[in-house]
This record gives sequence, C-alpha cells and structure tokens, in this order.
Amino acid sequence: MNAYNPSNGLMRPDRPVGIVGYGAYVPRYRIPAAEISRMWTGGTGGVPIKEKAVNGLDEDVATMSIEAARNAMLRAQINPQEIRAVWVGSESHPYAVKPTSTIVAEAIGAVPNTQAADWEFACKAGTEAMQAAIAFVGSGMARYALSIGMDTAQGRPGDALEYTAAAGGAAILIGPAAESLVLIDGSYSFVTDTPDFWRRAHADYPSHGDRFTGEPAYFKHVLGAAEALMTAVNRTASDYRWAVFHQPNAKFPERAAQALGFAPDQFKVGLLSPRIGNTYSGSTMIGLTAILDVAEPGDRILMVSYGSGAGSDAFDLQVTERLLEARGRAISTEGYIARRTEIDYATYTRYRDKLKL
Amino acid sequence: MEVSRHWRLQAQRYQLVGETCDSCGVKLFPPRDVCLECEAPAQELYTFTGLGEIYSYTTIYDAPAGFEHNTPYMVALIKLEEGPLVTAQLTDIDPSEAVIGMPVEMVTRKLRTDGDEGMIVYGYKFRPAVEELTAV
Repeated sequence: MNAYNPSNGLMRPDRPVGIVGYGAYVPRYRIPAAEISRMWTGGTGGVPIKEKAVNGLDEDVATMSIEAARNAMLRAQINPQEIRAVWVGSESHPYAVKPTSTIVAEAIGAVPNTQAADWEFACKAGTEAMQAAIAFVGSGMARYALSIGMDTAQGRPGDALEYTAAAGGAAILIGPAAESLVLIDGSYSFVTDTPDFWRRAHADYPSHGDRFTGEPAYFKHVLGAAEALMTAVNRTASDYRWAVFHQPNAKFPERAAQALGFAPDQFKVGLLSPRIGNTYSGSTMIGLTAILDVAEPGDRILMVSYGSGAGSDAFDLQVTERLLEARGRAISTEGYIARRTEIDYATYTRYRDKLKL
Repeated sequence: MEVSRHWRLQAQRYQLVGETCDSCGVKLFPPRDVCLECEAPAQELYTFTGLGEIYSYTTIYDAPAGFEHNTPYMVALIKLEEGPLVTAQLTDIDPSEAVIGMPVEMVTRKLRTDGDEGMIVYGYKFRPAVEELTAV
C-alpha cells in the first residue's frame, strides 16, 4: 500500500475495507433499439445499442433495490442487524420526498439501528454512496454499510436518450477487509460544474447538451478520474485484469477504455449497455457485478463511474479467494440478462407510464 | 387509503414474517397468534423462505378499484414450502406460462398506488423461480 498523500487526491480509509457482498438486478422486459427507431425514424436511424431493459408495471427503484440488496445479503451471509447504513443512489426515486432507502432497509431486516438516505448525482449516485460506505466502515463507525445504484431511467419519447435509458442496477455491501470478496485499495473523485445533462424539478424527462455530453463531460471526467487514480496507486492498464466504466451507450466506454490502454478482453465482460442499456446510477456498478461473477482471486479491477453535472468516481479493486465460494449463492448478472421478454413500443409506453389516462 | 393499516402489515408484506407454533411446529402465515392445528399459542416469529409452488391460479380482467391499471394480471394460491397457502399476485409471468405445481419465489413489488399523490404500497408477489437458481 502507498502512504497517505492528500495532495494526490487518493481516498483511502485508515482501516482496510472491501466488498463483502454484491447483487445485481435487471428487470425482465427488453425493448430493441430497432423498435424505437421504427417508431421515430421509420427504422432508418442508426442505433447506439441492441436493446434496453425495461421495468414492469409493478417495479420501481425501491423494489429493484430490494432484490439487488437481497442478492448482496445472500452472498455476504451476514446478520442484517449489523448494517449501519442503507444508501440508495438514483435519479428515479419513487417519491420526491420519502426515502427509498427506508423501504429497502425494512425489507432486508436492517431496521431500526441504521442510517438510511437517498443519494443523487445523476448516474454516479451509487458510486458516491459506495465511497461514503467505504468511509463509514473504514472509520470504524460501521461494520457494514450498503450502497445501491439503481434506476428506472427516463427518456423523452423520440429523444436520443430514449434508445438507451434503461432499468436495473446493483447493490454493493462494504465491510472489513478480512471478510471481503474484493479488497478496495483506494478511490478518487473528479468533479467540476459541467451542465451536460439535467432534469428540473417536476419535469418528466431530462434535457441534455447533445454533443456537449462527450469530450467536456464524459471523457474529461472519466479519463481524469482514471488517470489520477492509476497515478496515485502507481498502476497502469496492464496491471488490471478487468476494467468497467459508466456506460451511457456502447461507444463511449469503449473509447475511454482504449484511451487508457485497455484491451477488449479487459472491458467487454463489464460492458453490458449493448444488451441492457444505460441503467444510469446502476450502470457502472452492475458492470462490476458481471465481472465479479467471473473474476479470479488476485485479479485487479479498475472501476470508473460518471455522473452528469459532472463527476467521476474511480476505484482500485482486487479480488480475494472468498469470492469463489460467495458468488454462486445468488443469481448471476448474466442470469438476469438471460431472463428476457421482448416488448413492443406500445407495451413499453404502458409499462413506462407514458400513457396519460 | 389508510396509511396505518398498510404500515402495520409491513413485516408480513415485505419479508413474509409469519409465526411458528412452539408445541407442534406448524408454520402460520399470515400470523394469527394461535396455532391452526393444535390451538396452542403461536407467537414466535418466523420468516418464510419465500419458495413455494402454484396450487391454483386465475387471471383477473375486471379488477377491483386500485388495480385497474394492471389488468390483465394473475392471482394464485401459493403453497409455501413450509406448508401454508398464501393468496398473492403472480408477476413476471404470461397467463399462458402458469401451471399448477410451478415453482415460484417471493419478490417485493408495488401492490398499488393511491393516485398520483398518495402512498405507494409494497408487498409480496410471486414469480416463476429463476432457472439458474433452481438448477443449483
């Protein structure tokens, strides 16, 4: 481990911590991008992904977070009463005022001796909850802290984002390093005021800056965070077996990975957006769960989120032996992706509450 | 909608918390405080696994107030692996897929919403057991 050096921005707690449980959730329904293109461009437009995951009529961020959290608990095999924080990052919380996190905490049996809060930072709300959970456990304030990134993302009908705005996410349970499936060597956050994407209060759909979402937004922050973290921990792309990035489409994370020197066999396993879309706050974290379903002890993982507005959180992770026995205790991420029912645009508008009755 | 009524049922709705009888071991859901078999007091809490099978089912096309937006949907009697029969909605299923004896698992879903401004009520439903896990 490197010595603590505040000037390089590396965040590492006094007490070593790691991931003691993880769980994914992807709803059953898929709408192909070609079906959305059929509706708005007569099928002539190019599409950014193959298809995206859509939540059912009775699903929202609370229900989806509960299932991901239960999967994390199955893998961790801990007493939920020892959890001191349940944090849900999302930009589609079911209530404007009333925490999603209390519903999740109640459902997994973590109440009442726990902190609970909802986090918001566009698509990186889940990873900032992860960083706070690292601090909570790393300071000794908590033995376990649960961080969740989950969304039922909104896309305006006909907008470019409608092709990708998807539903899904993951829960990551942070705990002591000695019990960890994955060690967390450190993290780093890179944040500026960059208005590339937003949704105003009471607005149903977000607005965005079109091409402005690329270089000055996604790439500047993702590459900035990744490079600063790798410099701080003195590692290069070849030191990592796996890399996972925020996935607003298929193209951006591929370009970012290649700019950092990663080869496809390092980033393809965690690149789920072509098959489930952009799950916003869930995007980076569910990509990580797909990697953890196949990674081997000793493998290093670079994880970099991105949230519009804008910022990136980067994490340096290393798999332990404990992962091998834990991962089979819950449904794999690919298991959820394989559970697939295709829907047409009409069904999609109904499930996404776009029909005003 | 009565907020307190829904709040009071959270333990059973979110986690399938029922009771077990100290004297004969029978598991009860919903909790009744008295054993249905031996009539002894049964107040020990028991959290059901949420695994079971379809005992019988039907499809609802003409729904009661509060559920109109979800039609058609399925309702079933679920035989829990610990014994009790529970009435619940099926979810993540097409009516043509359901068969008696189908393995199902509990999930927490939205049961109903009280208009645009009222509370959202969550609780148990059952879905076909995801194959990857049943194969283990």
